[in-house]
Amino acid sequence: MMSPLPGRPAPRVAKSESPPKRTEDREHTESAIVIPRRSFLAALGLTVGTLAVGFETLAPAEARAATAAGGPVIAPQLPKGDGGTTPNVFVHIAPDGTVSIVCHRSEMGQGIRSSLPVLIADELGADMAKVKIIQGDADEIYGDQNTDGSHSVRGEGYDGARKAGAAARMMLIAAAAKKWNVAASACEARDHAVVLRSSSSSARSLGFGELAVLAAKLPPPKPKDIVLRPKSELRRAGGPLPLLDGPDIVTGRAIYGADMRLPGMLTAVVARPPVVGGKVERYDAARAKAIAGVKRIVDMPALPSGPPKFHPLGGVAVVADNTWAAMRGRDALDITWTAGDNGSYDSARYRDALLASVRAPGNPVRKVGDVDGALAKAARKVEAEYHVPHLSQAPMEPPAAVARVDANGCEVWACSQDPQTARKEVASALGIDEKRVTIHVTFLGGGFGRKSKPDFIVEAALVARAAGVPVRLVWTREDDVRHGYFHSTCTQRIAAGLDERGKVVGWLHRTAFPSIESTFAPDKTFGGDGELAQGVLDWPLAIPNVRAEVCEARAHVRIGWMRSVHNINHAFAISSFIDEIAHARGQDPREVLLEVIGPPRIMGLKELGAAKVRNYGASLEEHPVDAGRLRRVVERVTEMANWAGYQNARKGAKTAATERAFGLAAHRSFLTYVAVVAAVTKDAAGKIRVDEAWMAADAGTILNPDRVKSQLEGAFVFGMSVALHGAITARAGAVEQSNFRDYPVTRIGEVPRNIHVELIANDGLPGGVGEPGVPPVAPAITNAVFALTGKRVRELPLARAGLVT
Amino acid sequence: MTELIVRVNGTEQKLDVDPEMPLLWALRDVIGLTGTKYGCGQALCGACVVHLNGEVVRSCVTPVSRAAGGSVVTIEGLSPDGNHPLQRAWVELGVPQCGFCQAGQIMTAAALLAKKPRPTDAEIDESLAGNLCRCGTYPRIRAAVRKAAGNASGA
Repeated sequence: MMSPLPGRPAPRVAKSESPPKRTEDREHTESAIVIPRRSFLAALGLTVGTLAVGFETLAPAEARAATAAGGPVIAPQLPKGDGGTTPNVFVHIAPDGTVSIVCHRSEMGQGIRSSLPVLIADELGADMAKVKIIQGDADEIYGDQNTDGSHSVRGEGYDGARKAGAAARMMLIAAAAKKWNVAASACEARDHAVVLRSSSSSARSLGFGELAVLAAKLPPPKPKDIVLRPKSELRRAGGPLPLLDGPDIVTGRAIYGADMRLPGMLTAVVARPPVVGGKVERYDAARAKAIAGVKRIVDMPALPSGPPKFHPLGGVAVVADNTWAAMRGRDALDITWTAGDNGSYDSARYRDALLASVRAPGNPVRKVGDVDGALAKAARKVEAEYHVPHLSQAPMEPPAAVARVDANGCEVWACSQDPQTARKEVASALGIDEKRVTIHVTFLGGGFGRKSKPDFIVEAALVARAAGVPVRLVWTREDDVRHGYFHSTCTQRIAAGLDERGKVVGWLHRTAFPSIESTFAPDKTFGGDGELAQGVLDWPLAIPNVRAEVCEARAHVRIGWMRSVHNINHAFAISSFIDEIAHARGQDPREVLLEVIGPPRIMGLKELGAAKVRNYGASLEEHPVDAGRLRRVVERVTEMANWAGYQNARKGAKTAATERAFGLAAHRSFLTYVAVVAAVTKDAAGKIRVDEAWMAADAGTILNPDRVKSQLEGAFVFGMSVALHGAITARAGAVEQSNFRDYPVTRIGEVPRNIHVELIANDGLPGGVGEPGVPPVAPAITNAVFALTGKRVRELPLARAGLVT
Repeated sequence: MTELIVRVNGTEQKLDVDPEMPLLWALRDVIGLTGTKYGCGQALCGACVVHLNGEVVRSCVTPVSRAAGGSVVTIEGLSPDGNHPLQRAWVELGVPQCGFCQAGQIMTAAALLAKKPRPTDAEIDESLAGNLCRCGTYPRIRAAVRKAAGNASGA
């Protein structure tokens, strides 16, 4: 059974005690700026009576558990008072047998609600028909909830979920063992019951519900004592899992950010300065108020000077009876703006500045051997420059949030990827204690990184406070396209030296892009460590002399994460350039790609030539840069596509090859390895059509294969938008695009009939899934375009070169 | 303000709203049917598709006055309990990712199947050309429409 998400208007969750704080133990590395993460496992350790006994929070989990053993578990959202068992904040077993499981990550299409809770239930031995999934509110008690960086299952997600389920299973087994006076080891939990292994009689089976009250009297196991099942006993994980929210989605019952309705609620839209840092000079409030249904005009606080962070951009809010009236009222404001310091930003000129930047030496960040010597001695040099424009995440659901603010605090429903940061930002903007802010997470109509930024949620809270009634604040599509946190535009230059036989002996890679760090800290004019670890520092090059440099670039718009982030830019340049080397040598691009990757081996910091590699927050010991895994996805995807057959046909019959051509690219990101082959054709007008695609991915252990496949299919379509269509440009500081008319994304008719996806069997640690499919897509397509037309596309999108309709 | 009468999912609704208000906002904000989504406001994305007198309309650019005296069906009214062949196929094939565009996709496909019970892939693409999905569920949308139509090959 599924509970609606996130629930219709509900009584405020009382939060009379402060959530525990603890030392931060993981860095939010792929996001460039270091935002600390608390771990899922730490959350499990925190659950045992910490609050009830006023336990102080910085002690190790085990000490807390020992001190508090036997105390009640403080589980803010799980059922209370029914006498059932609550081993931790993620699981509750009621006396009627209902198992409630919290999904603490945001659902934005990756299928996490159909994955993590199922793994918890699987480890527990629960029947999914008796499981109720509860969407987690913003609460540090759950550990990290920031749903970005393809983070929910990799890292601690997989084992964390298993431990949450295992703790519950152990308590139920302990209760049954006590009742039967047998050893716990003689019992097992399956099919929603604990059974005695040796017994075939049904008398030796007790349902979870029958054990819930007795188990509640037993102490939860300490985190170090939690024992997982043998993997072979997991019945669902790794198998075909149903899409649990499917029925709610296809009937319109699923609740998204703008779908919440509260009594007395009004709707608001905000007119924001066209230029970041711009201000309102004057506007006509009377005209706006004359629109029927307009209730209030609210001046938004201007963006403070300095980095934009997650602050709202300022401007003027119009609050009305309904969305239509609010939009018409906004149109009537007739605002005169001042532009401020960013008013001279022109993305075309900026592109030239980035090009100048990469034509001069930058700061070296990766160094192996002697590149200058190798390039000087090379028999032949290949050089190329690449450019990717700003992009907008453009989720189908524009940002939206519902807020009510009263003397008790603030309660919000929002489509947030990062509810804990939203909670902090709302508390800070309202000047109230964080414990007085509740954030309920709705379904997200896509996120792609946009909804990691809670600026729109802060706006909702500010306007609700000013209006004195609950307010739903919605962004129009124009707001979304014009006022986003944009994907970082990037220019790169790569030079390679080849020896007499064509082998690459030197590789000089320069990259210049406005850093995401500039959104959070002043004077960040160079890409940061976490950003460079997205393809620049960690690409496993089998080249004896390598240097990578980061070159200066100052930001003039808000820069933010977009699905796979800088990997889009770096994979485009690197995978294009390897293809250029192959064509310069007149060789099969597959052979050259495998040569550049080199033999199967682990690349440590020394081999990579980097002082450190952030590695998406994971250790290089657990998740090394593994050239063998990258080779394997290349080998597999080219088998799938019959690359050899294509190459033979190309050699044999020139005409056939000019009608349909293949392109290949591979990239490691978010600890997962993906290779893509794209086949392209062109029509009579010379317009490119992507005809077929093959993707091979090695993402380690897979929890939900169908959702992983759907993420990869979707990544191909998302990557097509990057390759074919997307470009955000700015003139006089203002974004020139406004809607899907001038910011087109992939439509159904452009998508190949077949996107073949294969997951390479691997029982290693899980890698990320939501993002890693995207980076190799654009270069696979542009490499195919070169093979088909002889035209090398070094600047995205293809539409810019008139190659698509 | 004028009182307009519109039948929505079989129920008569009396609407006292600006006749120029797009049907989308009347459905979502006034009647409270939030299954129909706003995605662009300019008939570019199809998230707001509903049926008006059996025809596909983009409710974000359809003045509510145009629906006066007519019959509107939204995703909430497509079938009594979510058992339209498209809804079943959608769930069985795991089509939705974020789900936000799916009501518009399903409503568009339902109108197609009502007219062409066994559409080809080309007809499916043509019919859904105005429906964007940023998650990229298009291959499965095609497969689900074919499945609902009992036409596995799409030829």
